[in-house]
Amino acid sequence: MALSSLDNLYRQVILDHSAHPHHHGHLQQVTNEIEMRNPTCGDVIQLEVAVFNDKINDIAFSGDGCTISQASASMMTDAVIGNTPAQAEEMVQVFSKMIIGDQPNLDTKILEDASVLNGVAKFPARIKCAALAWKALNNALTSNDGKGKAGQIVEHHDN
Amino acid sequence: MVKSLNQIRNDFPILDQKVNDEDLVYLDNAATTQKPRAVVEALAHYYYTDNANVHRGVHTLAERATADFEAAREKVRAFINARSTTEVLFTRGTTTSLNWIAASYGEKVIGAGDEIVISYMEHHSNLVPWQQLALRKKATLKYIKMTADGHLDMTDAAEQITDKTKIVAIAQVSNVLGVVNPIKALAKLAHEHGAIMVADGAQSLPNMPVDVQELDCDFLAFSGHKMLGPTGIGVLYGKEAILNEMPPIEFGGEMIDFVDLFQSSWKELPWKFEAGTPDISGAIGLGAAIDYLSAIGMANVQAHEQELVNYVLPKLLAIDDLTVYGPHDPAQHTGVIAFNLNGLHPHDLATGLDMEGVAVRAGHHCAQPLMKYLKVPATARASFYLYNTKADADRLVDAIVATKEFFKHGTV
Ligand SMILES: Cc1ncc(COP(=O)(O)O)c(C=O)c1O
Repeated sequence: MALSSLDNLYRQVILDHSAHPHHHGHLQQVTNEIEMRNPTCGDVIQLEVAVFNDKINDIAFSGDGCTISQASASMMTDAVIGNTPAQAEEMVQVFSKMIIGDQPNLDTKILEDASVLNGVAKFPARIKCAALAWKALNNALTSNDGKGKAGQIVEHHDN
Repeated sequence: MVKSLNQIRNDFPILDQKVNDEDLVYLDNAATTQKPRAVVEALAHYYYTDNANVHRGVHTLAERATADFEAAREKVRAFINARSTTEVLFTRGTTTSLNWIAASYGEKVIGAGDEIVISYMEHHSNLVPWQQLALRKKATLKYIKMTADGHLDMTDAAEQITDKTKIVAIAQVSNVLGVVNPIKALAKLAHEHGAIMVADGAQSLPNMPVDVQELDCDFLAFSGHKMLGPTGIGVLYGKEAILNEMPPIEFGGEMIDFVDLFQSSWKELPWKFEAGTPDISGAIGLGAAIDYLSAIGMANVQAHEQELVNYVLPKLLAIDDLTVYGPHDPAQHTGVIAFNLNGLHPHDLATGLDMEGVAVRAGHHCAQPLMKYLKVPATARASFYLYNTKADADRLVDAIVATKEFFKHGTV
């Protein structure tokens, strides 16, 4: 097996997103924001969202992390921009199910590029890396005052 | 060595397996070591033949269990050359040992304006208990600086430790930088200022001879699981005079002398600190681990690891784009080697190595202040032990190079 199996995780599009992340930086106007950490590895993401007229007008992230967490954040921003918060929430749900990998027939079309992160299911140690940005989005959008509670990502116990 | 490397490897069945279709190379020994048959069999033997609660029965099994448990304490005493078994307390591990010192000794002696001196390279276990104690008591927490190559700066130590200092707490071996800190010299400095010396031995006890009388430290904390023993058992060594002055941290069964309705008195050392049923099998397993290490000889363990470091460190330093933390002179470096491939997060590197069957750690190694000091979010870390070989070292180097190529070219 050796390194060739890495291809299942690090698809070219993932490496591209990580090397040149989309929506990386900060926004002028922010309605929802959050910082999330992965305490086991020290990864951290700051997420800023601008929701106007029930639409995610703009979104940006910054922070430190591995290839998987950076690519996942980049793909997440691409996927949710222009959607309603409710649609984004649905994407978060689909993404969470996908990376756990126990539903082979899951429809992941709405995730766009991010659907290639399905390979992470075979790398249980890396599931949290992929989940970080999505969890952050979820927390930022569901907090009442838009100030998502800064938090930590906890273990996925599903497998 | 008394045993050949092959014989040693045969004592560790877990090493003989494939991981991701490759022969396992286990290089995460600083996190926890594997267990030899002798330790697993000691646990099985205890549960199959001797299991009973200790210090509370008159029946034969209770006697045997108590004798086994106390025999393990004597093995620990001899291993660290403590004066008496009254100075050897069983705990859950290094973390619990250090917390006990802070909660009992620290709580008693630290007052507002007093100083506690630690270093930037401390594991969170030897940092957060002191930080919280300092916050509770309005005391000052001070950090000894490091030299450019990752050694403790002893000139700065002499400045940081003052007459206000009550506690100096330093790791004997860093779990990231692979340096050995001069505990004996630090203890001398501390004592000159009326402070006590706490040594975090989590990474030293497994790898080198340690003699508490020679070091003259007042406390030494370590974990069984990092030295071939089971998880859940650790040791707090303390000088008897100091332990006698310390109040117990936990109260309950096993630790009491007499209990009245409104007051109680405590057992003598070491039992005064060991409330409740202890980890009996853990202590027995640790005793078996100490027997195993002693048969090989700690000087031989250390020499073997040094030989591996002499072999692998130059090879790692020769890899383009690989940054190695801590001293680059192999003679100054223990078998704990932290590194990063430039431009690649250590998680990605560790996943690559895992696919090649090489188990290393990636992350902040419970040393976030050190990561900040080094200005990196995290590192990868390989840590060698007595069962590792030069072939393991080659596998590590090859896997790093292959992973580097993978991420450069996007595919293999
Ligand atoms: C230097 C050092 N101190 C303390 C600890 C904590 O040991 P434990 O988790 O066994 O309590 C470790 C282990 O990671 C360590 O390396």
